[in-house]
Amino acid sequence: MLKGNFVDNLPKIYGIYTGGFIAFIILMAIGEQMGMTKDAIGICFVGFTIFIYAAIGWLSRTAQASNYYVAGRQVPTVFNGMATAADWMSGASFVAMAGGIYFKGYGYMALLVGWTGGYVLVATLLAPYLRKFGCYTVPDFVGTRYGGNGARLMAVIVLTVASFTYVTAQITATGRIASVALNLEFELAVYVGLASILLCSMLGGMRGVTWTQVAQYIVLIIAYLLPVFWISNNIGAGFFPHFMLADEVARIGELEQQFGFVKNSKESLSSLPAWKGLAGITKAHSEVNATPWQFISLALAMMMGTASLPHVMMRYFTTPSVKAARKSVGWSVFFIFLLYSSAPMLATLSKLALIDPELSTGIIGKSIAEVQALDWYQNWNQAKLMVAQDFNANGTLELNELFMNGDAVVLATPEIAGLPYVISGLVAAGGLAAAMSTADGLILAIANAISHDVYYKMIDPKAETAKRLVVARVLLVVIGIAGATIAALQLTGILGAVIWAFDFAMSGLFWPLVLGVWWKRANKEGAIAGMALGLISGTAYLIYMQSGGTPIFGIVANTFGILGSTVSLVAMVVVSLMTSAPNAATQKMVDDCRVPAGAAVIGGQK
Amino acid sequence: MVKVLSVITKKREVYMAKNAQHWEKTRGLLFVTLAIWAVFSMGIFLFGAQMNEVTGPFGYPLTYWFTCQGSLAIFVILIFWFAGRQEKIDEEFGFSEKGDD
Repeated sequence: MLKGNFVDNLPKIYGIYTGGFIAFIILMAIGEQMGMTKDAIGICFVGFTIFIYAAIGWLSRTAQASNYYVAGRQVPTVFNGMATAADWMSGASFVAMAGGIYFKGYGYMALLVGWTGGYVLVATLLAPYLRKFGCYTVPDFVGTRYGGNGARLMAVIVLTVASFTYVTAQITATGRIASVALNLEFELAVYVGLASILLCSMLGGMRGVTWTQVAQYIVLIIAYLLPVFWISNNIGAGFFPHFMLADEVARIGELEQQFGFVKNSKESLSSLPAWKGLAGITKAHSEVNATPWQFISLALAMMMGTASLPHVMMRYFTTPSVKAARKSVGWSVFFIFLLYSSAPMLATLSKLALIDPELSTGIIGKSIAEVQALDWYQNWNQAKLMVAQDFNANGTLELNELFMNGDAVVLATPEIAGLPYVISGLVAAGGLAAAMSTADGLILAIANAISHDVYYKMIDPKAETAKRLVVARVLLVVIGIAGATIAALQLTGILGAVIWAFDFAMSGLFWPLVLGVWWKRANKEGAIAGMALGLISGTAYLIYMQSGGTPIFGIVANTFGILGSTVSLVAMVVVSLMTSAPNAATQKMVDDCRVPAGAAVIGGQK
Repeated sequence: MVKVLSVITKKREVYMAKNAQHWEKTRGLLFVTLAIWAVFSMGIFLFGAQMNEVTGPFGYPLTYWFTCQGSLAIFVILIFWFAGRQEKIDEEFGFSEKGDD
């Protein structure tokens, strides 16, 4: 059917796939008109997409180490950009971010700036050089550049702490969506989610993950943009929301003035059901409500974290060349931009649809009984994501009496704005794609680091490829199950855990990676000290903040990486200068990795 | 023999000098790129409150616009610009790879 090799046919293959997916959406819409139940539509969306991902995973199966670890280093820039975007945009970006912006406004929009600006650091400081290095994993770079098992092991530890914190949040998100869409208990849904995640990565490793991530990006971007455009048109806000919502943003400001932010008493709040993550609107939508340092420190932490997260960095190991790696970073952030620039638009539309009494969907100012009788209210109330409580017992719903879980902004808005249920099914499929693709990247990053760096490089350097790949796959399953078990305990919210993962990564890895390329004098002792002290001090500060400590220099729990990475930098520079300079071979290695042409620095790993 | 050795050493020196120049230019580009990055990821938000009084593109308050579109779009353009410039530097020193993207 297809002539020529696989890579040349990629645009055609994914073009057909996108067309097929759109046809599937239309089919579901017709099904809905003909009386398909909501449950059936939800199951079809989730089942169909997971089936496709699993099929891609199966077709990408491989027995070669270079395919398993770096997808054979032949992923074209644009497709690697899409895969990175899916790898990057997690359940937090898809499900939770618009909600965070909805409730917290400006203070949370630092995440948008941080989670895109970080790629400038990736493109300039790291990705091309690590690609030239020719490593399979990020600890592989640290271990080879600095030499010795100590540095390698330390890098594996930091990677595991950061990625594991992140992956539990992703499995939680997968479980939450699967439980809503498939009507399962959350504790069971988590394992259903895990099984689908492993289907994509077990057989093909990085190769399987790459091609499923591209497929997942296409699903998630359609699922995010379609409702935003549709809602905007539905409530008459403009056909291209990104350029046309200024009036709506201003209108929300007006309504905020009119309603005022009434502070609820403790007694009122304690009468709410004890569901996780309920919040009311207490902050102005578009006003600057954070100090410059609060905003900048959060953005900076997320940017440095971006450059230190191994599951992102390893995506650039799969490009055919150094120059392709650089361009691919640009494509990644372009594809991320498509979704991130839409999140504040969705938050605006969602808020306006709910609170504007002049819109038919608005519920503020209506009688409580009327609101509680609404179909969608009952649905999302049952899902424990939304509640309206008449604190002052005047029979009318007021702004301070409506509470929602942040996730509801993305999940429930289509239904609230009166879109057909097929869109809600699509959004569920999109959220699942986002969470699964990130979980895949993360689990693979951890399993690869342990199988390649700990098992192959440290324990059994003579192991045959077949044996190495068996170890890698067993680890994949073990780490997945461990993540799911912790996810089932529901310890933290999705967004919180993700932010901490960034802080952990930057505390331990940012400076050892950057200085490894940019400072020849950096040596093994310095790197080990930097990783260890950075991680320890960052973690200690997080514990201090969580046990009620007062912030030092305005660094809070969400930005603890600023402290960790500063300690890491100082420790690394001081210890490096106190010990001897790296030997000539290491210096030459650094010189070589700075030259974009020629053979990889690490031989034999193609 | 001695002659051959000296030619090799000479070649090596030229190569090293070329590398050093390449690296100097690369570093220069890095500083420019990071300066632009720092302005739009952090610098402007020092004045977030004042800037928000101004009406920005498409009628949004200016700081609000930067956080949801402006800075993000600038990063996209900046990275492609950087990649292009770096490629020019690589070509100048003959370090560029053929084809493959």
